[in-house]
Amino acid sequence: MTDVPVPIPTDTAEPPVTDTRTPKMSARDVRVSYGAKEALKGVDIDIHDDRVTAFIGPSGCGKSTFLRCFNRMNDTIPGARVTGLIELDGQNINSPAMDVVQLRARVGMVFQKPNPFPKSIYENVAYGPRIHGLAAGKSEMDAIVEKSLRRAGLWDEVKERLQESGTALSGGQQQRLCIARAIAVDPEVILMDEPCSALDPIATAKIEELIHELRGRYAIAIVTHNMQQAARVSQRTAFFHLGEMVEYGKTSEIFTNPREQRTQDYITGRYG
Amino acid sequence: MSKAPASAVLPATRWIDGSMTARVRKRYAAERRFKALGFAAVTLSVAFLAFLLVTMAAKGLGGFTRTEARLTIDFPRSDLMIDPAALKGPDAGQNVMSSDLEGALGQAATAQFGEGGADLFGGGSVDFLGDALVDDPTLLSKRAELWVPLSAKADSAAKHGGEPGLEKMLAKADTRRVFNTPFLTSSDATDPSAAGVWGALKGTFLTIMVTMLLAFPVGVLAALYLEEFAARNRWTDMIEVSINNLAAVPSIIFGLLGLAVFLNIMNLPRSAPLVGGLTLALMTMPVIVIAGRNAIKSVPPSIRDAALGVGASKMQVVFHHVLPLALPGILTGTIIGMARALGETAPLLMIGMRAFIASPPHGITDPATVLPVQIFLWSDEVDRAFVEKTSAAIIVLLLFMLMMNGLAIYLRNRFERRW
Repeated sequence: MTDVPVPIPTDTAEPPVTDTRTPKMSARDVRVSYGAKEALKGVDIDIHDDRVTAFIGPSGCGKSTFLRCFNRMNDTIPGARVTGLIELDGQNINSPAMDVVQLRARVGMVFQKPNPFPKSIYENVAYGPRIHGLAAGKSEMDAIVEKSLRRAGLWDEVKERLQESGTALSGGQQQRLCIARAIAVDPEVILMDEPCSALDPIATAKIEELIHELRGRYAIAIVTHNMQQAARVSQRTAFFHLGEMVEYGKTSEIFTNPREQRTQDYITGRYG
Repeated sequence: MSKAPASAVLPATRWIDGSMTARVRKRYAAERRFKALGFAAVTLSVAFLAFLLVTMAAKGLGGFTRTEARLTIDFPRSDLMIDPAALKGPDAGQNVMSSDLEGALGQAATAQFGEGGADLFGGGSVDFLGDALVDDPTLLSKRAELWVPLSAKADSAAKHGGEPGLEKMLAKADTRRVFNTPFLTSSDATDPSAAGVWGALKGTFLTIMVTMLLAFPVGVLAALYLEEFAARNRWTDMIEVSINNLAAVPSIIFGLLGLAVFLNIMNLPRSAPLVGGLTLALMTMPVIVIAGRNAIKSVPPSIRDAALGVGASKMQVVFHHVLPLALPGILTGTIIGMARALGETAPLLMIGMRAFIASPPHGITDPATVLPVQIFLWSDEVDRAFVEKTSAAIIVLLLFMLMMNGLAIYLRNRFERRW
């Protein structure tokens, strides 16, 4: 990876954004510790709903941990403690007034390893809407399933075999099915935790294309190991190192003109 | 070369030379030895199993057949005094048994086979004759020719020999071997020719039902709670250790517990499938909890993440995803536990299920016995004819277990999902 030149995104691809606007989600002084070990040491960030925000950094830097704070998936890890303020539309997601189940529907997640349910393709997509009561009948559910699969770019490949098992699809198709499953509950934010790390280059390209298409409709935060990927799909990039956020800015600036030496070293492949 | 650094002093690895070939050969030899030992172990266990099955079959198959002799009974001329009207209605069986059937049978046998002919027939023969009369009361007015089952002793003599007197008598008679239906349809009796396994089979079935209905839901819910909901702390650790210990407690202890709690404190009926089932449920539950926890643990965490990620609540995750995926494992564990309970004798002896029960139970509170206890009781009998019955009952028990294990395999394959 060291010698591959990082493609430089053109600013024309970026929507006009003003960071003074109210962000979709914001994090202030977020700290996470597992037992005595502090994994995240006070991170501030804003995520806007019209762009893709990428979190990059070497393994173990806390970027995935940070991503999992936004839908409180860290709650499921025994011993994990999260402090700090995270807001969704100005509402504290850790307050008792916020229902965690509803939060996870509003802030969807796509995981590193494709993890479809061992059920039919249709059931995979329909599960979320069903448990939240989003469809009033079979025809409405059919419509939701079709819309979600279309948005995930999977409809044409699976429309003839919706009743087949989701686990029988190829890895890339499975990951798009997982994206369709997340989209089906009509989320406002989609978190992607290294969604392409288990996929081949062609499947990766499809997912990246999909992220482009979803941009603007949902606020997207993506964790990636792959710097070219961050450069290709995101408009904002945050660089994490050893539990700290070292630098956050426009993707184009991070990759061409980083302010910090550590960022410079990482993106040029000196470590990571 | 002389100035080479220390690491270069090591000689180049020779992949092809004598010592290397010897090492390779040694490795192959070790592999072959290991395979041979494994094969020997398998062969030994198969031999034991085959020995068990062959002995059982050789001894027990005779228990499924009985010998009958053709006997002519002249009912009008016998001393039998039965009102044909008494052979109708619900009391028919009782009425016919209270008459002197045995005398009539002995008379006919002596007339046909000479002195000692009556020895050929016994309790089972009398039962048969009674049933025949109830079925067809017109026999009373006829000279009838019937195939009557022999007494246990005569049956044994016909099958294996060893009784010269009876054998001489048998030579005169016209005999045949038929399938012994009463063995499967009647209950325990003092006369081996009339004894059957139906009562014990029904008792086993009722007991296992009680065990299943109690142990399965309680065990599965306990496993789910411990694995998915309970906090990890000292208390849950202690509970886990206790459950593991409970699974290893000798079954007789559970019998004593059942005796103390269910009979002495709760005053439930003695010898009843209800109490047997409760006691066996206590014994089986830890097995189900352990199997259930292992099955639940083996559900990949990514499935939980996926469900949580679309906004499923903890309970929805458990009941929509974890439980269905863990079910094959839970069922396998449950059926293994059930099969163990099915073969359990000791705890049931403690709660009085070793009584002599001559009629099949009609409900879970009737006195009953179960197959393994029946086998135990018969194996204790002095009468040689019970040896055959014991083996035959063992075959029935083994078939019952085979069916349950077959069901386990079927359920596992039916519900197993791959991911």
